[in-house]
Order: sequence, then C-alpha cells, then structure tokens
Amino acid sequence: MESAAMDHLAVGAFVLFGAAFVVLVVWVSNLLSPKSANSPDRLEPYECGSEPIGPSWVQFRVGYYVYALLFVVFDIETVFLYPWAVAFGNIGVFILVEMVVFIAILAAGLGYAWKEGALRWR
Amino acid sequence: MSPTLAVVVKLVSIIALMLTNGVFMIYLLRKVLGHLHIRLGPMHVGPHGILQTMNDVIKLLTKEDLTPRLADKALFFLAPMIVFVPSFMAYLALPFSDTLKATSLETGLLFTFAVLSVVPIGILLAGWSSGNKWGLLGGMRSAAMQIAYEVPLLLSALPVVMLAGTTDLGGIVDAQAGTWLSVIPRWFITNPLIWPTFLIFVIASLIEVNQTPFDMSEAESELVAGFGADYSAMKFGLIYLSEFSNTFVMSALGVTLFFGGWLVPWIPMSWYEAVPVLAPTVFMLKTYLGIVLMWWIRGTYPRVRIDQLMDLGWKRLIPAALVMIVLTGVVDKLIVPLFNGAVSW
Repeated sequence: MESAAMDHLAVGAFVLFGAAFVVLVVWVSNLLSPKSANSPDRLEPYECGSEPIGPSWVQFRVGYYVYALLFVVFDIETVFLYPWAVAFGNIGVFILVEMVVFIAILAAGLGYAWKEGALRWR
Repeated sequence: MSPTLAVVVKLVSIIALMLTNGVFMIYLLRKVLGHLHIRLGPMHVGPHGILQTMNDVIKLLTKEDLTPRLADKALFFLAPMIVFVPSFMAYLALPFSDTLKATSLETGLLFTFAVLSVVPIGILLAGWSSGNKWGLLGGMRSAAMQIAYEVPLLLSALPVVMLAGTTDLGGIVDAQAGTWLSVIPRWFITNPLIWPTFLIFVIASLIEVNQTPFDMSEAESELVAGFGADYSAMKFGLIYLSEFSNTFVMSALGVTLFFGGWLVPWIPMSWYEAVPVLAPTVFMLKTYLGIVLMWWIRGTYPRVRIDQLMDLGWKRLIPAALVMIVLTGVVDKLIVPLFNGAVSW
C-alpha cells in the first residue's frame, strides 16, 4: 500500500486502540478493586471535607469567553501562517512582504483587543 | 511485513514506550525534585526506591473506582479517554531515528500540535463532569491558560519551519545535519536568531504540560487537586500518565525543532548506519535532558498568578513571537542575501 495512506491508516488505528485501551484498563481495575459497602457520604464530591453548598456548575466570569473568542481568531491565523512558512524558502522577497502585511493586520487586531481591555483579567 | 502487522507493531511498541516512560518519569521526577529539595525521594521499595512506581501502578489498579454522586456519569468516564487518546497519538509523528518512526506525516509538526490541543478539552470535561466546584475551577483555568499559550507555542515553531522549509519532523531533523565551521552543530539552537524564539517555546511548552510555575489547574494549595480531585483508581492513573507523556512529547518536540533530533554532528553518519540503536538512544538522552531541565525549573520557581500568566501570554509572548517571525524573515530574505549580493525578488 502507498506509504501516505498507511500513515493515515495508522492514525485511525491509534484513535481506536487508544480508546479501547482506556476501556480495558478501567475494566481490569474494576475487576481487581474491592467494592466497599455504601455509606451515605462516600460518594460526596471532595470539597475539602465540607458539605457542598448549591449546585456545582456555577456561573463563570465572562472574561473566559472573551479569551476563548480571541484564541479562535489567533489560532486560525497562526495555522494560515504554516503553509506560508513551508513555502518560504522557494519564493523571493515578495513572499516576505505579503506576510508582513498579514502579520501587521494580525498585530493591529491584537492591539485593538488590548486597547479595548479584552486582555485584562478581571 | 503486511500493512496490518506493521500497524499492530507500531501500536504495541508505542503503548509500551508510553507506559515505560510514564513509570520511569514518575520515579525520575520524585528523585529530581527530592534532590532539588535536599532530601532523598523514594528509598524503600527496591534499591534506591526504583520499584516505588511499580508499586504505585499496582496500587492504582487495585483501588476502588469511585464515581461521585453529583458527577455526570457518561462524561466522567469519557474525560480520561479524551485526555489519554490524544497524548497517545502525539507519539505518532516523533522521529526517533531516520527510519524508526510510527509515521512520516508531511504535516507531522502540525499534527502533534493539533492532537495535543485536544487535551484541554478532556481536562475541562474532567473538571466539569466531576460535579465539584474545585474541579470545575481547575478545568476552566487549565483550558484558559492552555489556549492562551497555544498561540505563542505555534508561533514559536514557525521560524524553524521557515528555515527548514517543511513541517515533517523527520525533514526538520535532516535540515539540521552538518556543522558550521566544522565544529558548531547546524542545530537551529546555534543560530542566534532562534534564541528568543526558543525561549518563547520553552515558556509556552511548560504551560502546555502544566508544570509547576504554571500549574494553576491543579494548584494543590488553592484547588485541592483541581480537575483531578474526584478521580480515583485507573481513571486518575490514565490522566496522570497522559500528563507525563505530554511532558515527554513536548521535550521531544523541542529536541527535534531546536537540538537536531537524533543527530550529533561529531558522530559520522556511517556510525549511525552501523549501529541502528545509536540514533534512538541519542534522541531519548536529549529528550530526558530536556525533561530534567523542565523539572529543574519546576523545583526552583514559585507558582505565578493567573492574571500574570494571561498577561505574559497575550501581551508579551504573542507580540514577541510575531516580531521574531518578521525578523527571521527579514534576516533570511534580505540581510543575508544582501551580504552575499544576491537578493531574489
């Protein structure tokens, strides 16, 4: 078989095997481990020994989501830079000018987010 | 060898490598941190405590597997899997030698970063599903900081890709063969232009693997154990195995990108061909040196605050990495060719 196809086959096999390995290990550990009798507070979540008050799924500050949005933008732009970097050696100064423009736009975006206070952890 | 058999051999050897690495690294971590703290570390099980981790594996296997009452049962089981599978897959593209690698993916570097970036989702799920406020906080912090540092990490690998002209990890190693002035290795780290980039890579990779100056997600003095607090038995074991394995993969990636992978320029190529185990041995030695360096940092610096951490990532490292990309480009395309008198437009 062609080697690139083999490589992708291996990637697929790794996903399945990894998942199966987790199931197997947890199953074996369940076979080996003792089952102790249930007492009322054995299954309470461990919050330093005090009884949990209210629901565990509490609200979160909106700051996390601002960072998440920024991350999506910047991560994708970074991925765009990779094909450019691979082709970098083959093309002249033109490729550099092009990317400086791209990075300048990226930097302007970051500067704007910074100025608007999106990067302040509150 | 038939294709199926080849895949099976890869699966078995990599899971074996991952488990041995895990067991050995946990022992090594205890010893390294122990000696940094001027104490001995494990000493009782076996000579110098070398069997301590084996003992711990057996203990983890025979512990009762608890699912807390408030947990989301399905996700609670799924989370260790989402943490473990990507870190297992991250070994796929690592070049242990010219021929000894699971795959030679053309996009090896991107593939490794991509699978490693799935891990925070698993950690977030682990924290969310255990129905524990500390766990949720730990998971959220971990996700926030890992995504903050993924961008500088990706950016800091870019100058290397620019100079090597490929994202195939084997190709990046090949690009570092030979010497400058017949003494200095042609590793990317010997290029002064790459030094700031390397620094960014080191900081970002420490955060990606949750090492102590940046271990906000499981800060034991603040969050009990963060996202892992309610995990027990082998589910806990798998999450921690994957964390150690990620440390190994990050160090291996650093070695591949900056320190010439399995290459040592003073060793002639004919030796590598004569002794097939030489290349993987060199690679493993360099990787473990990198790991010990990470732990040295871990044992030396106090934990930073999360707002400082986010500032460092977004306001310092990302702009610095962008500047380094432009600078590498300008030096490589304009300044060096100007001296040689041959700028290609």
